[in-house]
Amino acid sequence: MSSIKVRAKADGDVVTVKALMKHPMETGQRKDKSGNPIPAHYIQEVVCEHNGNVVMTALWGPSVSKNPYLSFKFTGGAKGDALKISWADNEGKSDSEEATIG
Amino acid sequence: MKSKRRLFLKGATSAGLIGVAVGAGLLKPVRVLAAAWPKTAFDADTTAAAMTEMFGSTEAAESGDIKVKAPDIAENGAVVPVTVETGLSSVESISIITENNPAPLSASFNLASNAEGYVSTRLKMGKSSKVVALVKADGKLYSASKEVKVTIGGCGG
Repeated sequence: MSSIKVRAKADGDVVTVKALMKHPMETGQRKDKSGNPIPAHYIQEVVCEHNGNVVMTALWGPSVSKNPYLSFKFTGGAKGDALKISWADNEGKSDSEEATIG
Repeated sequence: MKSKRRLFLKGATSAGLIGVAVGAGLLKPVRVLAAAWPKTAFDADTTAAAMTEMFGSTEAAESGDIKVKAPDIAENGAVVPVTVETGLSSVESISIITENNPAPLSASFNLASNAEGYVSTRLKMGKSSKVVALVKADGKLYSASKEVKVTIGGCGG
């Protein structure tokens, strides 16, 4: 199962994209019960493509909340268009999810 | 015959070793997406340093055309909803800086020309702080800010 939930809605010409990702977003500043630092593990980049064109690139630091939420808007999209969201984290892991604009 | 068998076994062991190394994360797969991630800006521990690393300047004109929406009081610093909206034209990027966090630069959104001046996300805040939105529009930097009081910090543990 994908770690990303995307919903995109067209209202006239404007498309609102909302996405939720499942990720620990560990800052690297916390310590576990025995006092050892928990290594940083967070999403660094989120890219959203509409019909193959990049509309938004989010660059994140570790201070974005756990299981990050992201919303943005763009024009020029229509119902039925393809949307792709992908993320990459500081450990080199990544995931992506495709959705159609509703 | 015997020596060939030795050779084969040797090969098998070294292949096994490479597998272990990959598994342990010693040989990381090449990052494709995160190549442009501005590490120095995100590592900077002051707002000024983060701005210099990110934009090459600490100057931003205050703009009434930027709205920072965040709670006045955040009970839980681990999840503070922040929305930035701007009516400025030719917006290139929107960055969010949480001044009192250990690393102030929280997020930066690069927007394509057809994207609206709007981003919304949720941030962690260690303590009460000014949340600054920096909007790069038409090559210039504009800012607006909002004070958020945090009752329980979101960076401890």
